[in-house]
Formats: sequence, structure tokens, C-alpha cells
Amino acid sequence: MTHLEIMRAGIHTSLQDDGRRGYRDLGVPGSGALDPLTLRLLNALLDNRDGTGALELLYGGITVRARDGALRFALGCAAGRIVQHGGIRDVPPWHTAVLDRDETLTIAAPAGTAAAYMAVEGGFAVETVLGSVSTYGPGALGGWQGRLLHRGDRLPILNTAPACRRERMLTHGLAPAAPSVLRVMAGPQQSRFVRGALDTLTASPYRVTPSSNRSGLRLDGAPLRHEEGHDLLSEGVATGSLQVPGTGQPVLLIADHPTVGGYPKIATVISADLAAAGRLRIGGEVRFALVDAHAARDARLAAQAEHAARLATIRDVP
Amino acid sequence: MRFDSCGDAALLVTLGDAASAALSRRISALHVRLTTARTRPAGLQEAVPGHTTLLLIYDPAFTDPVRLRTAVEALQDSPVERIEPRIRTIPVCYHDSLAPDLAEVAARCGLSVDAVIDLHAARDYTVHLLGFSPGFPYLGDLSAELVLPRRAEPRARVPAGAVAIATRYTAIYPQATPGGWHLIGRTPLVLFDARRDPPALLRPGDSVRFTPISLTEYEQMSASL
Repeated sequence: MTHLEIMRAGIHTSLQDDGRRGYRDLGVPGSGALDPLTLRLLNALLDNRDGTGALELLYGGITVRARDGALRFALGCAAGRIVQHGGIRDVPPWHTAVLDRDETLTIAAPAGTAAAYMAVEGGFAVETVLGSVSTYGPGALGGWQGRLLHRGDRLPILNTAPACRRERMLTHGLAPAAPSVLRVMAGPQQSRFVRGALDTLTASPYRVTPSSNRSGLRLDGAPLRHEEGHDLLSEGVATGSLQVPGTGQPVLLIADHPTVGGYPKIATVISADLAAAGRLRIGGEVRFALVDAHAARDARLAAQAEHAARLATIRDVP
Repeated sequence: MRFDSCGDAALLVTLGDAASAALSRRISALHVRLTTARTRPAGLQEAVPGHTTLLLIYDPAFTDPVRLRTAVEALQDSPVERIEPRIRTIPVCYHDSLAPDLAEVAARCGLSVDAVIDLHAARDYTVHLLGFSPGFPYLGDLSAELVLPRRAEPRARVPAGAVAIATRYTAIYPQATPGGWHLIGRTPLVLFDARRDPPALLRPGDSVRFTPISLTEYEQMSASL
């Protein structure tokens, strides 16, 4: 069986798929790729089943080597370089390529966005845990031994037959860029805030602070004041919630967020913008724009159409 | 009931104002009916119980808050097939070596250590919700004599199986995680194991009873599990 050996593990590299569903009532977070749109494009490019797991490279680049065979892969939001005996081959993002046995691939750190992805044809042969291969580090669930990847790990790859196909490319891949605006709907607890708090939220940008992680983006900007205290009986929280603890600084709940929380939520990022939220980088700034349910629906349909249009740009590499 | 949108893919249903065993059983009954194949509304992906709420997570391509609200209200009105709470007995060792905060809890509550153990083990609790970490149960209600705020300094690591109290609740840490509750005992049972079906020992709505065991019994049970 072909393996992918980790020669240099980067900063925060983990296996992620489209998430774990159906166990939030037991306290198991959804997890999954921070940028599910990039994951979907790579899987389509490789003819993988939608939702197949890939390596998520958060902030840092990695170096990997093909062991015991060759493999086909594609990169999203970062470029790669293959070093071989005869020289080097550059691999642009959104192109499939073959990494031959014992060749080394170096993937650049994502720039402009938080995470880059490396997907392999066929996917990684790791056990699904509660229906998913996504890594949930704090609970040591899923992925590769429930943890981030380390140097020396050898990940088995399912079913690769890289010889007999032409390479493919996506002529309109995603630009590796974080969003400048995220659209939110008010609620569920906007009434727990002082009058005008939603205006405060949308009036000026918020910066993503270094204490952010895969559970939440801790933001810093104009404080959002509570009207009647910040304690709430713990309740289920939706991905994309802007939860506001006593400091008044919002936390945007993303992939690994706990399933329940006890702070009021002033607003929630709409589903069409969740992948964009996952692209925000520490140190970056973002604004929030208030929309209603109709605009959220239009945005969702527009995002679907845009995704379909991108998929239609898959071509054989000439 | 109150319905609040959480973006365009989740709807928060609030069933009451104050947490109680009775409300948790109502929430749990609604949860079961909403996720049972026969009565599951189209587009509903999952539901997450809270102390007074049930969060519905849905696929906006297949449903919307109006249709979900109609489905919830119809189920609420349908004759309730009584769901008997499951009773779970959890052995707990309250020995000093496994209960680092027991003496301090007793002192702060003005009780003897034995009185704290008696008060903790003497009543039935209800699982209000699972959260914080996979399989972590919030069990209510703790005896009013044992109510303390969380520790000022949370611990960086609480061992798996630690039985703890804080505010009106008692809980069991399923994994070794950071934690700010007072640790008054330890259970040898495994609260959460992703390879088990179902993975969590407890589910919302369950009734829980603690049985004191000796250190020897704890060690024997730990070894055999």
C-alpha cells in the first residue's frame, strides 16, 4: 500500500473531511475542514467522493514523501514543488499531479488565507470515528491517532492507480484570500444586548487575535455591551455564532467549537459565508454586514451557482 | 414555546424559563420524536438539548424555520407516548486520594466530609444536557447545601472519571481535560468511548444515581474495565 510520509509537519496539520454529523447531542463537535469549499473543489478535481478527507495545513507549509508507491494529489490555496533526481517540478494549486515513489513534495505555507489543503486520489485509509475522519484534537478523536500530524507519520492511501490518467486542472480555482466582509443574521439573543449593539457590530472592523484556534476566532474591536448580564443557561450553539462573553469582545464559533455555550449570541454568520469565515487569518480584519433571511437564501443560491460554475472549469491539462 | 433563528441553518426552540428535571424530560422527549425516522421532519440534521432549549440544525436547501416550527408544534400536540427515563447507577469512590477538593468543599459548606458524600449520593439526578466535551453530563439538581461557585483557578488537567460539583450541578469528566469544577470523587466507568455504540454512557433525560464504593472496589472495577 502506498503511504504518505510526513517529513516536516508544519504548524498545525491535521486530517479533515466535511465534518462529523449526528453526535452534537452527545457533546461531539462537528469539526471538519475550516474551508470546506476548497476541500470540495479538490475532491471534484481528483474524482473523489465528495467529503473525502484531506490534509489541512493551517498557517504552515509541510514536506511529504511518497513511500511504497506513487500517488496522485492536488493542492488548494498553496503551491508545491517536487524535488527529484533530475531537478524540480512546480505544482500550481488546483492541478492534479503525481508524486512518484520516494519523491519529495514541499508545500508552501498558505498566504492570504488561513489553511491550504492537500487531497490525494482515493483518500487516506484511516478509520472513520463516529462517521468521519476529521481530527478533533481536544477530544483526541478521529484523524490520525486523534492528533495533529508529526514528522515520521506514515499515512496509508486507499486505492491509487496514478499511471493511467491525464492530469486535470481547475482553470477558475479559488483565490487564496480572506473575506473582508461576513454577512450575519441577528440573533438568537440580540435582545440581551444594549440598544444599538448590532449597529456597533456592523460599524467598524474586528481584528482576529492570536488566541484564536479551530474552535473559535477571538475578535477584538468595538465592545458589545450586554443589557442584563452575560450568563445564559448552557444551550446548543450553531456554527457561525458570534458569542459574546463578559469582555464584550465576540468569539466567532468555527469547526471545533463546543456543542453548547453559556454566553449570549448577538448574531450568526450565514451558511453561504461559513467557508469564508474559515479563511480568516490571525491578525486580519473583518467587517460584519447585517442581512435578513431572504438575503441569506439568495446568498446561498448564489454560492451554489458559483461553485457549480467553478466545477465546470475542470479541464484536462494540455 | 419560543423560536429564535440562529442564522439560516439553525433554529433555537425554548421550552421553558427555568431548568428542571421535568423540563429536561420534555426536551428529551421532543428530541427523540424529532430524530425518530417516522416523525423526523425533512431537512432536520440534528438536535442539541440545552437546559431549557433544543437547538435544531437543518439543511436550508430542504427546510426553513416556518416548516420546522409547524413540525415541532404538531409533535408537541400529539399524544405523548410516555418515555420512561432510563435509570443509570454510577459507582463513585469518594476516597481522599481521588477527591482532592472534598475536604475544602465540606469546610466551605460547613459540613462534615461524610455529610457531603451523603448529600451527593442521596438523590436522583437528571441529565440536562451533554456538552463542554464529548459525553460530559450536566446533572441537576445538586442539594442546595452543596452549591458553590466554580473554582477561582481552573485546573489544567482533570482526570477522566472525576466526579465534580459546581453551582447547581454535578458532572463527570469523561476525558482528561482542563476544568474548573470541585472534584469530590472518581468513577471507574468510561463515560465516553467513540468505538462503543452508543458512545456516551448517558443521554439527556436519563436519571442518574451515585453509589459510594471503597477504594478497593474502585481499583478492582478500574482493572476489570
